[in-house]
Amino acid sequence: MRLFDLLRGESHSARDAKERLQLVLVHDRADLPPAKLEALKDELIAVLSRHIEIDSRAVHISLTRDRGQQRLVADIPLASARARRRPIG
Amino acid sequence: MAAQVVTITSGKGGVGKTTAAANIGVALASSGQRVVCIDADIGLRNLDVVMGLENRIVYDLVDIVEGRCKLRQAMIKDKRLPDLHLIPAAQTRDKTAVSPKDMQRLADEIRPDFDWVVIDSPAGIERGFRNAVAPADLVLIVTNPEVSAVRDADRIIGLVEAEEKGPPKLVINRVKPEMVRRGDMLSTEDVLEVLAIELIGVVPEDDQVLVSSNQGLPAALDPKSRAGRAFRDIARRLNGEQVPFEDLSARDGFLGRISRLVRPGGSA
Repeated sequence: MRLFDLLRGESHSARDAKERLQLVLVHDRADLPPAKLEALKDELIAVLSRHIEIDSRAVHISLTRDRGQQRLVADIPLASARARRRPIG
Repeated sequence: MAAQVVTITSGKGGVGKTTAAANIGVALASSGQRVVCIDADIGLRNLDVVMGLENRIVYDLVDIVEGRCKLRQAMIKDKRLPDLHLIPAAQTRDKTAVSPKDMQRLADEIRPDFDWVVIDSPAGIERGFRNAVAPADLVLIVTNPEVSAVRDADRIIGLVEAEEKGPPKLVINRVKPEMVRRGDMLSTEDVLEVLAIELIGVVPEDDQVLVSSNQGLPAALDPKSRAGRAFRDIARRLNGEQVPFEDLSARDGFLGRISRLVRPGGSA
């Protein structure tokens, strides 16, 4: 089917439109543009790091929509046990 | 029975609000109901030309609100449909000449003697939008199957809900069935999934709409126009009728059938 579409010169841009819309609306509805979300993530890392050792490079924060409910989802891996045992500084 | 007030809005300009207001007004009035259309786009009057009533304006919305004329004096009676009336927008004033309270008072004055009040809202989310929505019993949001129009529709849905106007209903205008079939235009299902509100109409792109606005004869008056038929269906749904949505993706004619045979498995 894909090859057939290619031969017909089809692009299926509607799919891109829908995906882009869903993403932009998640941010619009929460009034939290991607750049602001990034700033929030940096602050969150700073606060958390004062209390617990986290793997700051692997922190992932995103907005999702689940059954009509807007959600801010943060995935914050802790620094590995080995890393934690290492003296800080 | 008191009139129901329906406000047609969109957020984004140019999606067909005025065309929808004119055609829904015409469709309701041609089924014998008493209708007043109000152009709430003060400073950018347009509903009058789309309805073909521009030569008969004496007074306007602002004249009523500021007490320079009686309500009835500013109502233009359509000669083709005796139950259809228009209150035009002022052309030389701006949106601040009218307040949401003024619009509520005006609607309350109209309600006892009519069945429907159809308000054409200006684009945007400022004062003009709030004026148009203030007296509404029901809000219809017009959008086109494209990213920017759907995004703005989503914003407007939030604002309408914040005004506690109840869930608005959606009109998807200017659908090109061929592009939807090709996967190059958002389908009705796509738009509904994104916006999650109830659908009240799907209007196909139709050259006849431009022809009819050229002539000031709304397409709903033309039994052959596809868009006109879609607007008449919206009017019937407003009256509580269960009207099935026309399947715009259905292929029609000989070429359509051939193309279906040639394409393995049809299209998604």
